[in-house]
Amino acid sequence: MGNPVTGIGAAVVRREDARFITGAGRYTDDIRVEGQAYAVFVRSPYAHARIVEIDCAQASEIPGVVAILTGDDMQADGIGSLPCGWNVTQKDGTDMRVPPHPPLATGHVNYVGDPVAVVVAESLETARQAAEAVAVEFDELPPVVDLATAQVSAEIHAGITHNLAYEWELGDREATDAALAGAAHVTRLDLVNNRLIPNAMEPRAALGIHDAATGEHTLYTTSQNPHLARLILSAFVNVAPEHKLRIIAPDVGGGFGSKIFVYGEETTVIWAARRLRRPVKWTADRSESFLADAHGRDHLTHAELGLDAEGRFVALKVHTVANLGAYLSTFASAVPTYLYGTLLAGQYRTPCIHVEVHGVYTNTAPVDAYRGAGRPEATYVVERIVENAARETGRDPAELRRLNMIRPEDFPYQTPVALVYDTGNYEQSLDRALELADYRGFSERRRQSAANGRRRGIGFACYIEACGLAPSRLAISLGAGVGLYESGEVRFNPTGSVTVFTGTHSHGQGHETTFAQVVSHRLGVPFEAVEVVHGDTGRIEFGLGTYGSRSLAVGGSALVLAADKVIEKGRLIAAHLMESSPDNVDFEDGAYRLKDSNRSMTIQEVAFASYVPGNYPDGLEPGLSEKAFYDPENFTYPAGTHIAEVEVDEQTGVVSLVNFIAVDDFGRIVNPLVVHGQVHGGVAQGVGQALLEVGRYDATGQLLTGTMMDYCLPRADDLPDFVVDTTVTPCTHNPLGVKGCGEAGAIGSPAAVMNAVTDALGVPDLAMPATPEKVWRELRRQREQA
Amino acid sequence: MQITLSVNGRSHTLDVPENTLLVDIIRERLRLTGTHVGCDTSQCGACTVHMDGRAVKSCTVLAGQADGASITTIEGIGTVDALHPMQAAFRECHALQCGFCTPGMIMTAIDLVENTSQLDGSTVREGLKGNLCRCTGYHNIVKAVLSAADKA
Repeated sequence: MGNPVTGIGAAVVRREDARFITGAGRYTDDIRVEGQAYAVFVRSPYAHARIVEIDCAQASEIPGVVAILTGDDMQADGIGSLPCGWNVTQKDGTDMRVPPHPPLATGHVNYVGDPVAVVVAESLETARQAAEAVAVEFDELPPVVDLATAQVSAEIHAGITHNLAYEWELGDREATDAALAGAAHVTRLDLVNNRLIPNAMEPRAALGIHDAATGEHTLYTTSQNPHLARLILSAFVNVAPEHKLRIIAPDVGGGFGSKIFVYGEETTVIWAARRLRRPVKWTADRSESFLADAHGRDHLTHAELGLDAEGRFVALKVHTVANLGAYLSTFASAVPTYLYGTLLAGQYRTPCIHVEVHGVYTNTAPVDAYRGAGRPEATYVVERIVENAARETGRDPAELRRLNMIRPEDFPYQTPVALVYDTGNYEQSLDRALELADYRGFSERRRQSAANGRRRGIGFACYIEACGLAPSRLAISLGAGVGLYESGEVRFNPTGSVTVFTGTHSHGQGHETTFAQVVSHRLGVPFEAVEVVHGDTGRIEFGLGTYGSRSLAVGGSALVLAADKVIEKGRLIAAHLMESSPDNVDFEDGAYRLKDSNRSMTIQEVAFASYVPGNYPDGLEPGLSEKAFYDPENFTYPAGTHIAEVEVDEQTGVVSLVNFIAVDDFGRIVNPLVVHGQVHGGVAQGVGQALLEVGRYDATGQLLTGTMMDYCLPRADDLPDFVVDTTVTPCTHNPLGVKGCGEAGAIGSPAAVMNAVTDALGVPDLAMPATPEKVWRELRRQREQA
Repeated sequence: MQITLSVNGRSHTLDVPENTLLVDIIRERLRLTGTHVGCDTSQCGACTVHMDGRAVKSCTVLAGQADGASITTIEGIGTVDALHPMQAAFRECHALQCGFCTPGMIMTAIDLVENTSQLDGSTVREGLKGNLCRCTGYHNIVKAVLSAADKA
């Protein structure tokens, strides 16, 4: 049954809010330990250069400087290169090509912001001053910045010809070409997926502590996945043995992917703490975040969609050049391949699909997963070209989609690009969105806008995503370096309260509330009696963290398995105490009941008995605490329809988003308050990509959008209220029937908004972001041609 | 230089370098870490506090300017057991996710409600545009501010 106020499905107000609204949150930079020194990084001012000499003499003289360390010092201590966790196999069968990625640059620098040295000082002010005084002599090399020409430009990394990390393909090329050749109509489209800079509100930070007596290293850091960071730092980077390295990710102020990765700065901090025998703290300022956090997206794509005479899709062919930046970040290789190419079927029964991707190095910040990671890029290709196909063939965009959608009876559905969708009802979310958008009334609204000097446009995106990347066996066979399961532990304390340990990490998602809902529901104990612990390798056995909308679907499922083990062990104890047999004991709503009598006892009474085992089953271990690892058998497939309506001011080119509807199918929902919040935030980031945001470098590789004054993050007055609704087809293969909701907003919205903008302007494409300048130039071009 | 300022009702006399920022006094000297630093260009508003009753970005206030001032930070407006109505509205409306922008957002919102006669969705959005949030899309923040304004 579950408690209607706090159980699964209830809009429970978040318990973690109490500390955040009172200023009692504890983020990494809030932590101060006795004797801590402050680190500031010396960074490359050049996109590409040889390091001739690092002269620290003058800087070292500044009173209060503890040490100045370089990449050579790090190498001498045996600290290795930062690895990429996914080996993509190229289309010719060879491995992808990976350059070394030293935490502090050695020999060469490869992007503006590449860390070259670290200054550690008694105060932050002194460290800053000394970092300015470090004299690095660089020998400039030609930078490779332009993605379109990167493959025919100077080689960035010795031996990596054409700056190519890999050429990868998926799908049947011949069948796709043949189907396109026979198509009644082919829509062609060239697309730019603009580079984004994540900008979690809390900048990255790290505090490294080394205890010389015990050999223990403790790293407080802004991580989405502390166990994964520990594994990488231990197994590949050689920072410390895994059992002597504790990583704590306390309150973390947003991540959106950017805090998944193992970066040079955090690595340097924990190493420096050991080497210098004192705690070292580093907190990025925002300018450093812009330069040196992994960026997102940045694709150039050509796509062709073939339709038959009735409008059925016959083939989709896609060629993409994906910018990987200067080095291969932790999961960078997987994003434009396995998280992108596999999603190109979208919601449709397109029988032939082929995609080829060139992953390319440039002298820019590394590019890796950012909210949606590959799936927004795939959705952008599919939903933009489908919309254009509707316009070119004179069909209603909603109806063309409906005609081609995978139908409920088609599931499980094998796509031509590897995935098997388990369930969905795409027409249902489309219909609900059309209703909420008052699609029928659009032409009248358009007429009214025109009367006021504004062009109105409407745009759709019927997206699909794949969440909870899985299963481990398949992913590892495709090159993943880690498993994709999650761990959980459900521990009854003797007094009947429950402590839950999860390997996922909450940095805004609300797990402390929603996971407590799940476990209290399952165990039938009060919500208030369940505490959720996350983010500390010293307290939690293992975990892979939070990314790819996986936490509830994978981590929540692990907790269900652990809770079920607890229930089963409790059944043995309850049967013994009630002098019956286990198969005569039912468990419901937190109580064990005998089938043949009205005797019962609560699971909390059983828990107490397990810790005070005077009257106890022979051979059974005391205690009531169980662990579980859950390895999903498939991805989950959230899907839905987003509809955007915009008005374009004819005079100024300003695009106003006047209406945004998101109807999403996330499977079963644990907490609608939290789910809607996730959608709002995702949509805001997607709208930001469509209308406001772009990470831009000049030809020499200087980042032009390096502050919040230059990089346009959405502000409150840039956005409308959103209309959010959900439909439900439960996931068929996890115990909660859930799919994941963290990224959907950012996946569907860019295509919906740009379809609306291009509809308003009457053009086949406009490169994101649709800034007033760009739109105004297009309007002027149209006026001049008229 | 020596300055005297009142923070959350307590008077402090401090010796600080002249280029010290108010946010550093609050975070580093007084260890009130609820006030956050989210940028280095006074764009994000995470460091917003009240100075003599009005919202200011404490990263743009020098120590000397704060001399003699009365400062209120997020820690000074309410407690878990006795929340300020704006704090309560943020929680009820799920107007926060990661919580990092929240203290500054709440301090701005309180000023907005106290000093604006007629608030609606559009004036709230206008009033909050100096504070960035990357998690919520502002939807529930606007809702929370309007809800708190209704009750004020």
